[in-house]
Formats: sequence, structure tokens, C-alpha cells
Amino acid sequence: MKISRRTALKLSLLTGLSLTRKHSLFAMVGFAKPSNLLAPGAALKAGRWAMAIDVKKCLAAKDCHDACIGACREAHNIPDIPNKKHEVKWVWREQGDHLFPDQLDEYRGAELARQTVPALCNHCASPPCTRVCPTGATFKRSDGIVVMDPHRCIGCRFCMAACPYGSRSFNWEDPRPYLKQINPDYPTRTKGVVEKCTFCDKRLAQGRPPACVAACPAGAMVFGDLKDEKSPVVRLLGENYSICRKPELGTSPGVYYVV
Amino acid sequence: MLERAFIGQSRYQTWLTVLLIPIAVGLACYFSQFTHGLGITGMSRDVIWGFYIAQFTFLVGVAASAVMVVLPFYLHDTKEFGRVVILGEFLAVAAVVMCILHIFVDLGQPTRVLNVLLHPAPQSVMFWDMIVLNGYLLLNLVIGWTTLDCERNTRQPPRWVKVLVYLSIPWAISIHTVTAFLYSGLPARHLWLTALLAPRFLATAFAAGPALLILLCLLLKKTAGFDAGREVLRKLAITVAYAMIVNAFFIAVEFFTGYYCGVPAHRRDLQYLFFGLDGHARMVPWMWASLAMGIASIPVLLGSLRRQTHLRLALACGMVFLSTWMDKGLGLIAGGFAVTPMDTVADYAPTLPEILISLGIYAGGALLLTLLYKIVLSVRAEINGA
Repeated sequence: MKISRRTALKLSLLTGLSLTRKHSLFAMVGFAKPSNLLAPGAALKAGRWAMAIDVKKCLAAKDCHDACIGACREAHNIPDIPNKKHEVKWVWREQGDHLFPDQLDEYRGAELARQTVPALCNHCASPPCTRVCPTGATFKRSDGIVVMDPHRCIGCRFCMAACPYGSRSFNWEDPRPYLKQINPDYPTRTKGVVEKCTFCDKRLAQGRPPACVAACPAGAMVFGDLKDEKSPVVRLLGENYSICRKPELGTSPGVYYVV
Repeated sequence: MLERAFIGQSRYQTWLTVLLIPIAVGLACYFSQFTHGLGITGMSRDVIWGFYIAQFTFLVGVAASAVMVVLPFYLHDTKEFGRVVILGEFLAVAAVVMCILHIFVDLGQPTRVLNVLLHPAPQSVMFWDMIVLNGYLLLNLVIGWTTLDCERNTRQPPRWVKVLVYLSIPWAISIHTVTAFLYSGLPARHLWLTALLAPRFLATAFAAGPALLILLCLLLKKTAGFDAGREVLRKLAITVAYAMIVNAFFIAVEFFTGYYCGVPAHRRDLQYLFFGLDGHARMVPWMWASLAMGIASIPVLLGSLRRQTHLRLALACGMVFLSTWMDKGLGLIAGGFAVTPMDTVADYAPTLPEILISLGIYAGGALLLTLLYKIVLSVRAEINGA
């Protein structure tokens, strides 16, 4: 076949079009358009994301049926593994004296010591887990969220040994058989990698608050930007006394407990 | 020289074949672990590392043994060590290979191990541990092989070997220091969060490594007619004795700080290991046996210096080796993870497949060591025969 000058020009124009990102051929036919993947709404951005858990409100909500935990499990395909040794936890209930050893006195503190409140990754300002990771599979984003790339993780579990809060979980076995139903919007994980709470970075990118925060019927989980004076989390922390887990370690947790 | 490794009497061939059995069993168990995940081990979300990483830590100590023969020979001109220097170096080679294999079998995603090189993270101690371990392996292999080759051709080793030898001395210290830093740099793991960890690792290494070397020399005398010489064994035994004394002193120092300061976090792991904590006392007899054997080995060692009999020396070295293995090859890890981040207590015991995989690696190390030692002894026999 002989290609005329005219055809050649047409072809080169098409090739050029397909190479520019915004108007690529793929975009024209609707593949991989960002708006197809993300729900409408501008991404939420912050200087440093943080959470304050209002312990009184949380303890008062007796019949919430652990809405925060359920929402997180559903949103992130977290397996329900009966073997306690192999459990995967992102948000879970933990007894007060386990969360704050040596921090609660035996008078006013005794009540919290006996009861359970949510525990999750603290998204530390100075995270020991990211420091020790030998592949950069876990790292801190500029907005303070400590994230985890399960595809790069080699499963050495150094990050788990470094985390002083027990906030990281390893997939000791294939997690998929333990999923009752799979949420197609979030990837499942494989055996042999570490995972953890991500402060719902995917939801934030879609302009939505973390799943646990949105699900809490008592409004006991307050989420916001620590760098923004007007954010609800800064206001709550400014008006109330709060504690963090193991502050003496210098990790500067981003999860506060208003007591 | 390599062909000499496989030529031997039927007894030698049988030994090689016997070693293949645990290797095959270990491989089969590893295949099961590879398929099902690390859940087949005794590790858990609280006890994050177990038998594998403990063996790795212990074997790094055995690897550091080479320096205890290299240093007197090259720096202090202790001529009689010439016969065993290469045995120390090849023991280090086998030990480091076992270390690397133990790390490998501990990985959840072993096929991604090269991510450590593809995405190097110099802020991670593990990155540096990889460098020092592989470097030490290479150093000892090159030094050992080259000097042996020169010995065979009755010429002086080239000058660059000397440079590598001098480099290998601080390098031996570094492998144990960096390995200790894997642990002592972690917040809230209080058994390890002590500046004394690296010195303690070195003390146990300089006890366990030379103790194993003495045992190997005695074994070679019985089986292969290789005589290291009285003086070599005596000097090595002195090293082992002093290293054990220093180790006992370090343990006492840890106990003082842990118990006298009264800070619960400093005390609880020691309490778990030696006295039991909140009803968890699984490790107590184990740790006391280790401690008692370690302390009892000191007078036996010192006694064997005055009136040396091979039996007494072998007994003392066996006690040292077992004592340090019980301490570092299980107690250190189980104790470090015993008090969980939630201030609860978690027990650990390895499962059968976990032990068999580790045993397979030990057998692999023994096989490698046998082949290397066979080459050495064949070359020596050839020189003496010629």
C-alpha cells in the first residue's frame, strides 16, 4: 500500500493526540478517566491530618455496635480471622489500661482503665516504623499520613517490631478466605505483607472523611487538620484536656484521646 | 581445588549423604511455608520474630569467631594460629550463609527480596546489616580461598590479601554491632533498648564462635587426623573463658539496672525471662539452665587451661555453646516480645515445621563447612605428602 502525504499527516496527527495525556485517545473513549475512578468532590487536603477521640462520648454510646470498626472492615476488606494470633486490625477496641499503661491513675482513671475505646495507627509525626523499613514500602506523606505500599513490602516485619502501639498487622496467611464479601472499591491483600490504617487516604482524595469518623453515631471521632486553627480537631483539643499514647517515646502521635 | 571436596573415604561420603536428609526435610517444610504463609510458624501479631531471626542473631556471633584467630595471627604474629586461621574464616563463611538463609526464610514475600537493592533505604539498619553481612561473607571467602591457593603453590599470599585481612577485623566487629542495632534502635522493646546490647552480643560471639572452633578442631583430630596443636586450643580457650566472664558481668549489670532503678519497663522483660510474669513462666527453666551452664563453664574452662584434657575442654566448650545458644537463639527474641505494646504478656514457642526448616539450614551450613574443611585438609595433606 502506498501511503499518500495526506494519509501520513492524518496518522501523525492522531498519534500526537493519543500521546497527550488530557486528550488521549483512551480518554476520548472513556478509559481510565480520573473522574470515573473517583467520586465527585474536591480532595480534602491538610498540613497534618489528626484525630481526636472524645472518650466520654464514645463510652456513652453504648449501642453503637462498633460502627467505626464495622465501617472500616467493610471499606478496606479487612478479614475476620478467628485465630487471635493472626488477626488483622486497623481500628479495634482496646482496654484503657492497655492503651495508656502507667498513664491512668487509680481514682478518676480507673473507669477508663476498665473500659474499651478505639485504637488505630497514630500516624506519628516521627514514626519509628517508616524509619526502619528496608524498602521504603511504608512512608509518611507530607500531610502526616503514614501509608503502606503492600506491593513493595517484603514481609520482614521490622516495622511491626518498631511500632510501639501494635498498630500494624501481618498477613500470616491468605486473608481472602476470611472475607465474607469483597468490596470491589478497595484492593484485598495477599499473605506475607504488612498492612495498617491509612486514615482513609483514598476517601480523603475523594473529598470524604475517614470511614470510621463518618460511621460513628455519637460524633466521638473528630478528624481534621492540626495545622488549621479553625479545624474541629484543633478546637476540641484547645478546649479539652487530652492524652496521647506513650508520649515519652517522642513519636508525637496524631491520635488524641480527649478524657 | 574444588574437586577435592567430593573425593573422600566412604565414611566421608556417608556423612555428606546424611546431611542431605535434614536439608530435604527442611526444603519440604519450606515449600509448605511458601504455600501457606508464615502462619505455620509459632509467631503471632505479638511475637513478630521467632526462631529464624533468633538463629540469625546467634549465627552472626559464630561468624564473628574468625576475628579471634585472625587478629592474634596477623596483628600479634602468633605463629601457631597459622594452622587454624583458615578454619576460622571458613567457619565464618558457613555461618554467614546460614544467617542469610535464616533471614530469607523469615520473609513473608521472599520473591521480593531484591526490593532491598531496588529501593535501598539507608535510614534502615537492615540495609546496613545486608551490606556488612554480605561484605563479611565475601571478605572471608576471598581471603580464605586465596591464602589456601597460595599455600598449595607454596608462595606468599599477594599483598592485597593483607589489606583485606586488616579490613576484615573491624568488619567482624561491625557485623555484630549492626545486628545489635537492629534491636537496640527500637522504641518500647525494653529488653533490647539498652546501649549494652551490642557489647553483650560481641561478648557472647567471642565466646560461642571460638568455642565452636575448638569443638571443630577436636572433631577434626578424631575424624581427619588434623591436629590444631595444644597451644592453639589453650589460647582459644582463654579467649572463650574471658568472653564468658565479660558476658556474665554484662548480664549482672543488666539485672542491676533493671531491678535497682525500679522502673517497671526496665524490669519486666527480665522478670518474664527469669522469674515469670503474670503467670507466664514458660521461659524460666530455659533461661536458668542457660545461665547456670554459662557460669559453670567458666571454672571448667579455666581448669582445662591448667590440666588440659580434650574431654574436659570439649565439655566446657559444649556448655558455652549451648548456654549462649539458649540465650541468644531463643531467650533474646522471646523476651523482647514478651511484653506487648498493650502491656500484656505473649508467649512463644516454635512449631515443628519452623524447627525443621531451621534444622535444614543448619545442615546446609554443616555441609558447606564440611566441603570447605575437606578442601583445606586435602590441600594440606598434598603439601605434606609432596
